[in-house]
Amino acid sequence: MLMPPPDQAVMARKAALVARLRDAVPGEGVIADLDAIRTYDCDGLTAYKALPLAVVLPEDTAQVAAVLKICKELGVKVVPRGAGTGLSGGALPIEDGVILGLGKFKKILDIDFANRCTVVQPGVTNLAITQAVEHAGFYYAPDPSSQIACTIGGNVAENSGGVHCLKYGVTTNNLLGLEFVTLDGEILRIGGKHLDADGYDLLGIMTGSEGLLGVITEVTVRILQKPPVARALLLGFSSSEAGGDCVAAVIAAGVIPGGMEMMDRPAIKATEDFVHAGYPLDVEAILIVELDGPEAEVDYLVERVEAIARDCGAVEVRVSTSEEERLRFWAGRKAAFPAVGRISPDYICMDGTIPRKRLPEVLTRMTELSRQYGLRVANVFHAGDGNLHPLILFDANTPGELEKAEAFGGDILKLCVEVGGVLTGEHGVGVEKRDLMGTMFDEDDLKQQQRVKCAFDPEGLLNPGKVFPQLHRCAELGKMHVHAGQLRFSHLPRF
Amino acid sequence: MSGNALRPADENELREIVRAAIAEKQTLEVRGAGTKRGLGRPVAADAPLDLSRLAGVKTYEPEELVLTAGAATPLAEIERLVAQKGQRLAFEPPDYAPLYGGAAGRQTLAGVVATNLAGSRRISAGAARDHFLGFRAVNGRGETFKAGGQVVKNVTGYDLCKLLAGSYGTLALLTEMTVKVLPVAETEATLALSRLSDEAAMRAMADAMGSAFEVSAAAHLPDGIAASVVYQSDGAATLLRLEGPQPSVEARVEGLRALLRPHGAAERLSPPDSKLAWRALANAEPFTHDLEHPLWRLSVPPTAGAATARAITDGLGGSYFFDWGGGRIWLELNGAPSGAGAAIVRAATAKAGGHAVLVRASEETRRTVAPFDPGAPGLFALSKRVKAGFDPLGLFNPGRMYEGV
Repeated sequence: MLMPPPDQAVMARKAALVARLRDAVPGEGVIADLDAIRTYDCDGLTAYKALPLAVVLPEDTAQVAAVLKICKELGVKVVPRGAGTGLSGGALPIEDGVILGLGKFKKILDIDFANRCTVVQPGVTNLAITQAVEHAGFYYAPDPSSQIACTIGGNVAENSGGVHCLKYGVTTNNLLGLEFVTLDGEILRIGGKHLDADGYDLLGIMTGSEGLLGVITEVTVRILQKPPVARALLLGFSSSEAGGDCVAAVIAAGVIPGGMEMMDRPAIKATEDFVHAGYPLDVEAILIVELDGPEAEVDYLVERVEAIARDCGAVEVRVSTSEEERLRFWAGRKAAFPAVGRISPDYICMDGTIPRKRLPEVLTRMTELSRQYGLRVANVFHAGDGNLHPLILFDANTPGELEKAEAFGGDILKLCVEVGGVLTGEHGVGVEKRDLMGTMFDEDDLKQQQRVKCAFDPEGLLNPGKVFPQLHRCAELGKMHVHAGQLRFSHLPRF
Repeated sequence: MSGNALRPADENELREIVRAAIAEKQTLEVRGAGTKRGLGRPVAADAPLDLSRLAGVKTYEPEELVLTAGAATPLAEIERLVAQKGQRLAFEPPDYAPLYGGAAGRQTLAGVVATNLAGSRRISAGAARDHFLGFRAVNGRGETFKAGGQVVKNVTGYDLCKLLAGSYGTLALLTEMTVKVLPVAETEATLALSRLSDEAAMRAMADAMGSAFEVSAAAHLPDGIAASVVYQSDGAATLLRLEGPQPSVEARVEGLRALLRPHGAAERLSPPDSKLAWRALANAEPFTHDLEHPLWRLSVPPTAGAATARAITDGLGGSYFFDWGGGRIWLELNGAPSGAGAAIVRAATAKAGGHAVLVRASEETRRTVAPFDPGAPGLFALSKRVKAGFDPLGLFNPGRMYEGV
């Protein structure tokens, strides 16, 4: 994975840049010392590291605007960063750029229960939003697994999902408003406490734009009443196909569970050895189905799902009868990543989405690839929405093994696209999947996306080298070609 | 404008038409079924472009919760098809045709998505934008491109679906679309409170929406409007809908009734009356009679609904009702005030922190009064650059959303 070559002229002007940034962000807000910068050398995709020219930690929107103006003037690239928990390298530093960290934007600005929303700064963690409103029974629905650490600004940039998003939606479905700053230093506000502003949906395009369009400085999200009751079923199947059929049968019966998670045999084994959640070890797949809502609804749906599971040939059916038991069902799933981390020196987590009905085929071919690459793979799967997380086990200390694991991962993602799915369901493209974009999109598709980028950031200084495999200059993208030999209106059928 | 419509049979023909339009600098008025031509500014284009042949469901996979269809597939055809499998488009797509004197039931999938419509379930299930997963389209450079995917969860690349939803055909010409479908609720029930003032209704709806009873829709119909929507209503009616499995709905009806007790005794509508009432609300049926009266559609923070509606009607006169828990205001002005009362409507909406769209007015009014609020200058400039990124020559629906765009 190659990043664009650093601009040596920009690198040479580091001292002048730092001085200008210190004018804009006084005090400790500009970090230029190499040792201190090292804390920011990667995000959650730890295989890639780089040192930025400086790290800037502004405290308010005016400072963000000032920093961006300076960077534009000096032609310095900017990588926005929240908590740095992202798994696709979206916040990977650029050597000739600065990290613009929003970590000091930690205020909850407004809690409005009557309008069911909260206004927060982007550095507030996902979980802190829920904690700020739970005394009144409310919560913020999207729940990425890193919710204790990841920030809402990062969630917006990545359009984060979570276990409950089939029923409650991902970030974009739970967002009402944003304040963001363009590279020009212009502060723009979209949406607010109301729904669906007219005009182009800039709120929608900002969400999931991976820090390439603007720097988010304020977020308004919807909050919901927490469902009063949640119960879970733990189902075991003698084949992943049977498990997949059961997921389809649940949905075909009109049930949208709060969560529906599948694990394959290697994942079950690793987690059982680690946390002893009591998962059956003689099955090929387990499914955890969680139903939440009013008590009467949950009791009714638990019975229905139990009956469906038995019809689908589940060899193990357990229904939680207490909150403690429900949490135990989840304990293994929630520990799946560290459990795999325990049995292998390193692992990478992939994130493709597939049409669910193709799951057995995808798992079979993944097993073949595993044999071919000589690397183990364990699968956890947001089964309800087809979002697959294969964990590829490898040892980075063995020369060439990281590259092999990445090639294996790339093949898995290509397979996801081949069966009608996509490269990433919730982790984002970042640098990790950047060079695979061509398997899903052709040149015209990617150029159209980059023309949107040009509308926001014509100089291409915001987070370059991410998402798009090839950088085009906006002037080149804007050129019009008149196609030779085109049909005239008069040649076309009219009715 | 030419009377002859261009009617491409497929995406390739459409692309050739656009390439020819580029060469000849001809602007195009884009149409599906044309049921919402009265929404937005009048388009002055060189030729009409009729996309109605780009129709037909390509794939429907109920268990994957996705459907892919030609952009101009009649929505009714899709709704019939998915209903056979117990599914629906959860955003409760409204049909605006009767607001302009047209017949209901003709709109297309692209028509309802390109205007980002949503019915009363918006507050619990989202709008068209939230259910639009992927598409193929032709841009104003004569290039075919695609975005999104055919699965329900996807963050690969920019979410261009969001931009296309609500773009009124001004960015690119949709040819094929993938949308999310969801199971129909097993049953529904509507509780009605009677004779509440607007302010009291806002409070009742906030209590209901802030509860754990999963209210899927909340509307308030003042006296005079209620009778046309709710059978045998007695003065103003405040409606709260619960959907889900039968035992759940029964339990929640009792719980919600108890919660609402301080606001009055809630009556339960019969299932057919409930269905009819919500259909009528989504389509703003109370305002399908006096077609010459300007009609506004506002989106404001829910608790600001009552005050905003009063601020407007105190000055201008008119009638209104609330959906989305008070946040959606449909407001029909009496007579034909100059400029459709835009100054007063926009001032009141801005004060509340929201947006107002002039949904219906004479052609002349829509030409001179901006039906869509261009918003802050910085945002408007950005929107213009986004438009140029798709349609640099301004060929598609010129002026439909904003003058000169």
